[in-house]
Amino acid sequence: MNVPPMVEVESLTKQYGRQVAVRDVSFSVAAGEVVGLLGPNGAGKSTIMRILSCYMPATAGTVRVAGRDVFHEADAVRRRIGYMPENNPLYHDMRVREYLKFRARLKGLRWARGRRRVDQVLEQCGLADVAQKMIATLSKGYRQRVGLADALVHEPELIILDEPTIGLDPRQIRAVRETIKELGRERTVLLSSHILPEIEMTCSRVLILYEGRIVAADTAENLRHRVSDSGQVVAEVAAPLEALRSCWADTAAVERAELTLLDDGYVRCALTPQNGSDLRQHVFETAVAHGWKLRELTHRQLTLEDIYLQVTRKTHEPEEF
Amino acid sequence: MRSYLTLVRRDLGGYFLSLSGYVVIAVVVFLLGLSFVEVIEAFNGESLDAPLTEVFYSTMFFWLILLLGTPVITMRLFAQERFTGTFETLMTAPISDLAVVLAKFTAGLVFYVVTWLPLLACLLIVAHYTPEGNPLDWRPVCSTFLGIALMGGLYVAMGCFASALTRSQILAAMVALALGITLFLLSFLRASPGEGVGWLAGVANYISLLTSMEDFVRGVVDTRHLTFHLSLTVLFLYLTLKVVESRRWK
Repeated sequence: MNVPPMVEVESLTKQYGRQVAVRDVSFSVAAGEVVGLLGPNGAGKSTIMRILSCYMPATAGTVRVAGRDVFHEADAVRRRIGYMPENNPLYHDMRVREYLKFRARLKGLRWARGRRRVDQVLEQCGLADVAQKMIATLSKGYRQRVGLADALVHEPELIILDEPTIGLDPRQIRAVRETIKELGRERTVLLSSHILPEIEMTCSRVLILYEGRIVAADTAENLRHRVSDSGQVVAEVAAPLEALRSCWADTAAVERAELTLLDDGYVRCALTPQNGSDLRQHVFETAVAHGWKLRELTHRQLTLEDIYLQVTRKTHEPEEF
Repeated sequence: MRSYLTLVRRDLGGYFLSLSGYVVIAVVVFLLGLSFVEVIEAFNGESLDAPLTEVFYSTMFFWLILLLGTPVITMRLFAQERFTGTFETLMTAPISDLAVVLAKFTAGLVFYVVTWLPLLACLLIVAHYTPEGNPLDWRPVCSTFLGIALMGGLYVAMGCFASALTRSQILAAMVALALGITLFLLSFLRASPGEGVGWLAGVANYISLLTSMEDFVRGVVDTRHLTFHLSLTVLFLYLTLKVVESRRWK
């Protein structure tokens, strides 16, 4: 028998008044996958997650979780989802264990099971030491773990995390990532972020959102390839501008070269490779061969913005021509 | 049902976890104390021909507590959750909008009635020191508390509605206060005894909060008052539910 995908989104559109937040988005997530939604702020990540978690309905299109419609069978869907909203809102006047017990009971866990699950998630999220503390007195990292524990307490099939590492320090980010990776071994996870490396590290598949559309859906590995392939090399060389220009123009591996003459006589060359090769060695050898001084040689990773631009260009070009 | 009780417990607990709950209780106790002093002054050695509850009611502190207490009690119910964002975690839990509205209403009403309990102590003290072993008549006391709960229910429902409208607690309190005072002042349009009854005064007679509370403190339970208060309460809870649901079609 065919198992329905955990998440099935078909031509989803959401409008706030006249403003379109999500346009005609379709994707699906199989059970056991860890999928990342990547996009700049305002791309529609939170909107999609709020619709998935039955907080608000879509303007058009259908969304199903584990084969159930989020609008018509909201209660059944909510029981299967563990959702942590953006900024992780919590009741600050409650203690950690008290809060988790409250949430467990709200989600329909009976007494004995509720207590057992609360103990388990306290352990799993590393909260056992602060179980009796007021949430208001916790650090941001601990609060994030409380939110995560809340999302897990009723053993949901699908876990939805909206920007789980926002505002954390690097050590805390690493801890949260580890937890997410562990979760991914047994559950389906959908998380959002605007930081590429984060998604890369935790997700098996990435959906890139831009202005309410999915512009790319790929595995993290392919995406990384695409990114590193198009990495530029920046070199600062002391040489006559003209000589450099003709030199790079003659090199087949260089697709495009942007040259800027600096005040102190050095020329800054931003070189885009032809076929994804690493130009650093070539640049060094050229400089040595001509006897030019070389004072900087860096492989510039593209920023997320560059990738968005590149991806949007790539997806739109075939339609335009 | 179980999640409804869980929510009631949480919201009721919220009053006792924050300072605001204790401040409300303290203020109500203070006002009741003042009215107690007035009652003692009124007796002044003479015997009165009215139920004790009516003497208490005649000090007018009842209205002060109702009008000022309920907006403070209800302002946090929805507005705070909206402000801190916990509304989103609440509404994505497997629980219906109706259960959320009813739970918040119940918590507010229970807290309001709890703040009135010191009145019982006042009544007992007066009854204890009444000479010639005059026992306290419990029936008007019961109807008085029924009146407190009914009118409290209506005002808490109005407060819930105001709180659901906004993210700001101050704004919620102000809207609730405006609604409450309007309804209260409408009561004064009723006809005075001996005056001819125009249509406006006729209507006002029926909706007058003063009339219904005067009946309750005398020990009269009139089904017209019951119907009026209960139906208005249901109306405001229905409006609250619609506001809570409005995120679905906004």
